[in-house]
Amino acid sequence: MVWYLLALAFGAAAALAGVVLPRHGRVAVSMALGASSCALALVASVQELVCGVAWTVHVTQLLPFSGVTLSLDPLAALFVALTAMVGLAACVYFLGYAHGPTASRSGVSVFMLFVLALLVVPAAANVMGFLFAWELMALSSLVLILSEQATRPRARSAALWYAAMTQAGAVSIVLGLLLVASSAPGQDFAQLAAGAAHLSAAQRSLAFALTLVGFASKAGAVPLHVWLPKAHPEAPSPVSALMSSSMVTMGVYGILRVGEGLLHGGNLWWWVAVAALGVLSAVYGSLHATTARDFKRLLAYSTIDVMGLVLTGVGAAGVLYDTGQREDARLALMASLLLLVAHAAFKGSLFLVAGSVERATGTRNLDRLGGLVHTMPTTTCLVVIGAAAIMALPTLSGFSSEWLLLQGLLHGFADSSTPAVIVMLLGVVALALTGGLGAVAFVKVVGIGFLGQARSEGAATAVEVSRWMRLAAGLLAVPSVVLGLAPGLVVNTLSRAASAALGVGAASPVARGTGLLLSHLSGDIAPLELLVAVVAVLAALLGANRALVQRRARRVAAWGCGREEQTPRMQYTATSFAEPLQRVFSDVLRPQTDVEVTHAVESRYFQESVTYSQHIADVVEVRSYRPLISLVMRLGEGARRLHNGSIHRYLAFGFVALLVVVVVLS
Amino acid sequence: MTTTLWSWTTSLLQVVIVGVGSLILIGFMAKVKARAEGRVGSPVTQPLRDVRKLLRKERLHAHHSSLVLPFAPMIITATAVVAVWISPLVGTHPVMVSGADIFVIVYLLLTGSVAAALAGLDAATAFGGMGSSRAMTIGALAEPALLVGVIALAIQSGSSNLAVIVASTLHNSDHAFGPVHLFALGALVIVVIAETGRIPVDNPATHLELTMVHEAMILEYAGPELALVTLGEAMRLGLLFSLVANLFFPWGVATSSSAAALALGVAALVAKLLVLALVVALIEVRSAKLRLFRLPELLAGAFALSVLAIVMGLVTR
Repeated sequence: MVWYLLALAFGAAAALAGVVLPRHGRVAVSMALGASSCALALVASVQELVCGVAWTVHVTQLLPFSGVTLSLDPLAALFVALTAMVGLAACVYFLGYAHGPTASRSGVSVFMLFVLALLVVPAAANVMGFLFAWELMALSSLVLILSEQATRPRARSAALWYAAMTQAGAVSIVLGLLLVASSAPGQDFAQLAAGAAHLSAAQRSLAFALTLVGFASKAGAVPLHVWLPKAHPEAPSPVSALMSSSMVTMGVYGILRVGEGLLHGGNLWWWVAVAALGVLSAVYGSLHATTARDFKRLLAYSTIDVMGLVLTGVGAAGVLYDTGQREDARLALMASLLLLVAHAAFKGSLFLVAGSVERATGTRNLDRLGGLVHTMPTTTCLVVIGAAAIMALPTLSGFSSEWLLLQGLLHGFADSSTPAVIVMLLGVVALALTGGLGAVAFVKVVGIGFLGQARSEGAATAVEVSRWMRLAAGLLAVPSVVLGLAPGLVVNTLSRAASAALGVGAASPVARGTGLLLSHLSGDIAPLELLVAVVAVLAALLGANRALVQRRARRVAAWGCGREEQTPRMQYTATSFAEPLQRVFSDVLRPQTDVEVTHAVESRYFQESVTYSQHIADVVEVRSYRPLISLVMRLGEGARRLHNGSIHRYLAFGFVALLVVVVVLS
Repeated sequence: MTTTLWSWTTSLLQVVIVGVGSLILIGFMAKVKARAEGRVGSPVTQPLRDVRKLLRKERLHAHHSSLVLPFAPMIITATAVVAVWISPLVGTHPVMVSGADIFVIVYLLLTGSVAAALAGLDAATAFGGMGSSRAMTIGALAEPALLVGVIALAIQSGSSNLAVIVASTLHNSDHAFGPVHLFALGALVIVVIAETGRIPVDNPATHLELTMVHEAMILEYAGPELALVTLGEAMRLGLLFSLVANLFFPWGVATSSSAAALALGVAALVAKLLVLALVVALIEVRSAKLRLFRLPELLAGAFALSVLAIVMGLVTR
């Protein structure tokens, strides 16, 4: 408890330092305080996860009227740990990244407020405290998205989308929580959980549906994801990293806390809905990730994809819990939590790397990158680790977590209830499809973005970024490797968090040494031994064929069909790389392509130039949001006729309003 | 102690059989094709000789290539060797068999594909990019069918471990002729043809610029590295063929640790591989290569078959 409160104090001090210190030492001092705050929070949450000393404290002074209840159970501790991990790296990254508007008073202090809010959200255990932290998180991130608007033309519209959707979601959450609180004696979550028993089934379902809308929107679930691929890329990179790996997980936390914690699992159909949202998001997100050209936009869509898988696991866990398979439910939830932690690490690392690339080359358009392996070797190495983890290649974190998720779904098949089996089947299909599509997206990132020849001046003249930026991305690569090699070390703590979320007793162990072993439906992996085997074979290959090492390779021109000179423009680009898949899925993606041919003046048989442009809009946005927006705009236009500038009319309005009030009151 | 010895023997036998055997298998398929087309064809051992010749040659790297180019062949081969090492091909108890999860095998193979695709993009040529893009597209559509197909078998036998699945099919012979296995077999044959780049998905015998997929991707390889790529790809083919053979026709696999059982296991594996190779070669002779954009239909068909296999398993249990 002391550690956690100290962490909050340090975080507040860091935000304060951002405001009061002069430009010179502002970033260094504030980030040092912020990093220590995250480190303390990490200690506090790990202490809770490992030793299991849950605590609750009520701070009356913090908010007027209600105070704030802070409580750290294993579930909350897991999310605090995840945030602290990414926050620590983001603070370190900030040291190298800060310049211009990001290093300003508001830039630094709002950033620290954002980190602080993220640390408080999972720990807040009363309605007012939770909502306050939730809003602080939303508003501070909104300000941060706008912080680089001078150089990012699309930041404003992104912020507008984000503001509208996050606030609509918050309203929905407020209504849902109010509904739950209406029957409770107080507003602490423990009291809410006790009071929920008095609610009717319909009221509980309504409350869950309302909160689900808000939380699923935060988690980037399709069709409520529209803000995410706009907002995440436009924020400064350390903020993108925090948003994509920590803030979206708060949506999952909310669903678990309200659905399982406050409403006790409720109805089977709630969780079928959650799983359906998850499957839809996973497939939709991974499809868009394969065709995205903007590095950060691609990462944002991939976040939607992974969050979809997590929600699928959460939904499966809920379904299994409601059908009485407590053990299997815990396994599925454990897998989702492992995937969340793994995702936080690799996606955080990749967003930081994307920021480094943008800083070094001035662009994040993959079509204009290339050749960075020669100029930015460390960054390339980090992006390879991150991409391999996200592609679930063996012995990295994505692999162990997706394996566990698959096992969770396979165990669910043993159940004979039809809705449960359908959920499991859809989950398996989503897992398989996103695996294949994810590989395309991240081969594209590494192969087009970092290998080959530079496709633009900026990429050609890139130099490696500062030490802090590399260190920060490297910090987050460590969990990707460790969680992949030794998942057995963390699963028991995850199992505690899952048990806490579901409210079930102690679990049977699934760890075997560093690997994992499942007993019910037999299955196990031993990533460490797998890696040892691969390395042994590699060594044997090198030993057996000494020619591979000893003989130096002669550099020759690449084969160009007899053409001597090959220009960078002849390479495949990100667009052309994804073109076959885009054509295969054109019914879903609906790409708009435009080819303009300029003919030579002398003869139409010769072409001066050909311009190809392509745009893939988000189908969900075009089909469902745009009509809604235009409807609101039309209503707004109509409302303009009410205020035509005539003072008499306004006085009449006032008078009528007064009359109505008087009539209603009497 | 003796069981350890036996499992090491099993694993070593598997690596040797698949390592050397798959090159000969490719030669055998070429021979069958040649004979079916009325040609004499090159000897069955031709791929082996090619690899030996390549190993003696000079190493050549393209100007703009990085470390990815020399490392990718090693990754391709190493992942294939490890996958063969742990899979139940000759017997159901190779070394580290407890880690031979379907997910592990599928993702080990994916690691090889990813390495090959990155190598294709590394030399900064149009051909490499084209090959990588097409190979990844086909892979993205084939891999889900493979995973779901094997999951169908996993659900039926109550374990995601390959050795347990093979042993379970061996126990319940009626499973092998049940709907789950039938549908999954259909899916996996298509997937194996796609993953190994055979007709009608890709033509291994052509270097025609506009149609090649895998050959375009590895166009920049020469000498020892090309030998390693050839070996690795051959081993992937051998592994996928043997997996299909053992998952659907498990008879003959050594389940006990005796010399006779092991010898039978080797003989059974070789026989099954030869039959499968014959079938695939005949399919190749009798069909034309599909247009790239007709492939999704074929692979979607495979995916649908896999999902049907799961559904069948749930309906009939």
